[in-house]
Amino acid sequence: MARTMWDSSVGKKTVMAVSGLIMLAYLVVHMIGNLKIYFGAGEFNHYAHWLRTIGEPFMHYEWTLWLIRIVLVVAVAAHATSAYQLSRRDIKARPSAYVHAKPRASYATRTMRWGGIILGLFVVWHVLDLTTGTVHPGRFEHGHPYQNVVGDFSHWYSNVIYIVAMLALGLHVRHGFWSAAQTLGVGSRTRDRALKTLANVLALLLTAGFIAVPVGVMTGVVS
Amino acid sequence: MKLTLRVWRQRNADAPGAMSTYDVDGISSDMSFLEMLDVLNEQLILSGEDPVAFDHDCREGICGACSLVINGDAHGPERTTTCQLHMRSFRDGDTIDIEPWRAAAFPVIKDLVVDRSAFDRIIQAGGYVTAPTGSAPEAHATPVPKADADFAFEHAECIGCGACVAACPNGAAMLFTSAKVNHLNVLPQGAPERETRVLDMVAQMDAEGFGGCTLTGECATACPKGIPLVSITGMNKEWLRAARRVAKR
Repeated sequence: MARTMWDSSVGKKTVMAVSGLIMLAYLVVHMIGNLKIYFGAGEFNHYAHWLRTIGEPFMHYEWTLWLIRIVLVVAVAAHATSAYQLSRRDIKARPSAYVHAKPRASYATRTMRWGGIILGLFVVWHVLDLTTGTVHPGRFEHGHPYQNVVGDFSHWYSNVIYIVAMLALGLHVRHGFWSAAQTLGVGSRTRDRALKTLANVLALLLTAGFIAVPVGVMTGVVS
Repeated sequence: MKLTLRVWRQRNADAPGAMSTYDVDGISSDMSFLEMLDVLNEQLILSGEDPVAFDHDCREGICGACSLVINGDAHGPERTTTCQLHMRSFRDGDTIDIEPWRAAAFPVIKDLVVDRSAFDRIIQAGGYVTAPTGSAPEAHATPVPKADADFAFEHAECIGCGACVAACPNGAAMLFTSAKVNHLNVLPQGAPERETRVLDMVAQMDAEGFGGCTLTGECATACPKGIPLVSITGMNKEWLRAARRVAKR
């Protein structure tokens, strides 16, 4: 079964769809959690600490968090590998372009590959910035995410990187969510409008929800 | 009508090709696109040049032989086959670009003619039913619900012209393959090979070097027979079902 999946272009798209949906579900939770920053340092930092204690006493400190991280890393790796292999195949299948070429597909559809690369690079920067603090522009302190976020978004380039990436995320989700439904065979003529609307709503909510954090810092609502 | 044509000319599969410009005059707006090309070819033959090679057969829009990407659109600006496209869709003085289907799996044989035998091999891999042949069976012997019959017929309309592949930015044959899979998989006559059909046809499609689906929807827009994009969704569903079933055996 696993072999059949990975060797077929249709099966590999399934891997992309499932890994994409796992990441999407995580992002919804992540975005809602981020909004707690509007309730002050106490609540936000307490929430961040709670994330490390989920499942206690059955789970040890940070076990659940690491479990989530492992699932996410596997999802990112599966998504990127299948995207790379499928893209190689697609580009090879159309070696010569039309002389009379015209752009057709929607912007979101055409930017899936570059958007995906931008998001991949963003994830690396984001982890180094706010998880490890390696590239954090200010003074990074473990256990004080509220202060770290405010310090981060007090620098213009952090805002630019973050907002560009979140716009790319919106476009990626807009085409990706609907596509995943088609790949998994749950789309249909009657469900098409609902799926497209849901994809747009998800894309808008995620982008707006994530961008609300740097905007909050920039406008001084969060300080 | 007086037109300027820019046509892809390529001596053979290995020769490099290029666009050549020709002027044609005296085109009636009632002519079909292929009749317009016939006029061009008569002109070329009289002047001792090699006529433009293009595929055509029934010229009634039902055989799937004609092709041509016209001004960047597979089968041109109308939703029909090139043979059923008429010159009234163009204006006097227009410049028209005519190119062959472009896909790695459809190599150019000459000028505008491409080798579409990859489609035949996809059909050979599973686009049939293993029912005994002979005289036509009694029509009521195998009841088919009306909805299923309509669904099967909608997909059976595919004429295998390859416009979907030509329009797809990935040179994918998903719409063609899904049309046949959906057509036969919904019918009781196609049930014995329901799993092997979709698995084998998709495997052959991959082996022929067609790309994958990124759901741009170009194929369904180009399809002269109106095979819907959701047909691909249906094939994905069948493929996943078959992969699970075969794994259990």
